[in-house]
Amino acid sequence: MSRALTFLAALTLALPLFNAAAAGEAAKPAIVIANPGTQCIAPPEEMRRDHMEMLKHQRNRTMRLGERGAKVSLNACVDCHASKTTGSVLSGKQSNPDGFCEACHAFAAVKLDCWDCHQPKAGYKAAEATPAPEGSKP
Amino acid sequence: MNAPDNKRRALLATAGVGAAGLVVAPGIRLIEAATAADAPKTTLASSKVRWGMLVDTTKCKSDCNACVTACNKENSIVEEVADPRQRSQWVRKIDLVEQRTGKQHSLPMMCQHCTNPPCVDVCPTGASFKRADGLVLVDRHICIGCRYCMMACPYKARSFVHEPLTTQNPEMPRGVGCVESCTFCVQRIDRGLQPACTEACPEGAMLFGDLNDDNSAIAKRLKEVASTQVRAELKLDTGVRYQGI
Ligand code: HEC
Ligand code: HEC
Ligand code: HEC
Repeated sequence: MSRALTFLAALTLALPLFNAAAAGEAAKPAIVIANPGTQCIAPPEEMRRDHMEMLKHQRNRTMRLGERGAKVSLNACVDCHASKTTGSVLSGKQSNPDGFCEACHAFAAVKLDCWDCHQPKAGYKAAEATPAPEGSKP
Repeated sequence: MNAPDNKRRALLATAGVGAAGLVVAPGIRLIEAATAADAPKTTLASSKVRWGMLVDTTKCKSDCNACVTACNKENSIVEEVADPRQRSQWVRKIDLVEQRTGKQHSLPMMCQHCTNPPCVDVCPTGASFKRADGLVLVDRHICIGCRYCMMACPYKARSFVHEPLTTQNPEMPRGVGCVESCTFCVQRIDRGLQPACTEACPEGAMLFGDLNDDNSAIAKRLKEVASTQVRAELKLDTGVRYQGI
């Protein structure tokens, strides 16, 4: 009994130390939920672990099979998770990026190429096309 | 013999559902149970459909670029490119002149959505593919940008994106290092709309629809009028047909 107590006490004392050490290495990712009233497509613990698998699975189904209206959709993630201040899931910052889809990734050193093609801004609409260029009619 | 077996199965099935409903413990993911409960309505491309287009070149005006403009807007092909020759073109206007008579024809040229697409044959990664409903697309998630397909295409219908983009519409992702081409506006036809070019043509020269459906306007028209497949000798069985050339 007393040994267990000592262990607990030691743990309680040590914990802040661990935290401080962690903070010294890298700031914990700041996750800001843009639409707190809404429901994600799965519970947060499942989302944290599985969102990459969900996206890759659905990407093939939409692209190859033409599946539309599925629960998982990258555009839907962006629409619901884009920041209220920047309108985007990316912050555009070089250091300590805090956009929803980049804070964790920067922390975990994951680099996505999705945004080469996929629009990170919610509800984005491209401006009118520039006048027909030379060469569009040979 | 059969009846008791079935009963037992039915009982087992109910027990299974009960268990799934009750014992959803944290960490145990019952994917079947979850999707059955709140599965959203989804649609898939069907091989019963064969999308195609009939272009009436007698109505197509040489000085009109409406289809190209509409395509660029829908698919946000709006970026500035340093070298205009590198600009993406999903559809372009072509003028044909009969040398002896001087008779002019104008027509839009784009991916012909072949039944036997050479671009798919040559693709080393399987990124160029044909969807069940006949659309020939690039799965840009696995395109490595080798551009074999651009060489293989007899219609010069594909483009390569040379520079990073930021102006994509969410419905049509496009990006550097990949080949792209006309998709018949897949993002629109999957919602029951017409391709942007077809809708925009002021002369009504483009007719889009299901070649397999005998009652579709395009199938009926193809039975009435003479139509041409460009470079029919290649036997690619194009989805795009032209009338009047
Ligand atoms: C080179 C361009 C490109 C890149 C890079 C890219 N995508 Fe895509 N993506 C597309 C295209 C094109 C579509 C098809 C859109 C359509 O048909 O509606 C698509 C569709 C999707 C879809 C289905 C549509 C939706 O909104 O849900 C998902 C999911 C998806 N991509 C996920 C990803 C993920 C995750 C990544 C990064 C790992 C990624 N994509 C990177 C071009 C790209
Ligand atoms: C309708 C709005 C909505 C959509 C669509 C949505 N989410 Fe969420 N998401 C939320 C909310 C709200 C939370 C916070 C849930 C909570 O903490 O209970 C959340 C939480 C998350 C988390 C966990 C964050 C954390 O706290 O660690 C991840 C990861 C996530 N979402 C990813 C995604 C991805 C990927 C998609 C697209 C496939 C997506 N979400 C689609 C609303 C949404
Ligand atoms: C709670 C933190 C967190 C949030 C929020 C989050 N991710 Fe992730 N994501 C991760 C981690 C961690 C990995 C790497 C997992 C691994 O490699 O095992 C990852 C990996 C991915 C991958 C796979 C990358 C690859 O190359 O394999 C994709 C795609 C992805 N995330 C998309 C998104 C999108 C889109 C959003 C915003 C809607 C998002 N993530 C938000 C933590 C997060």
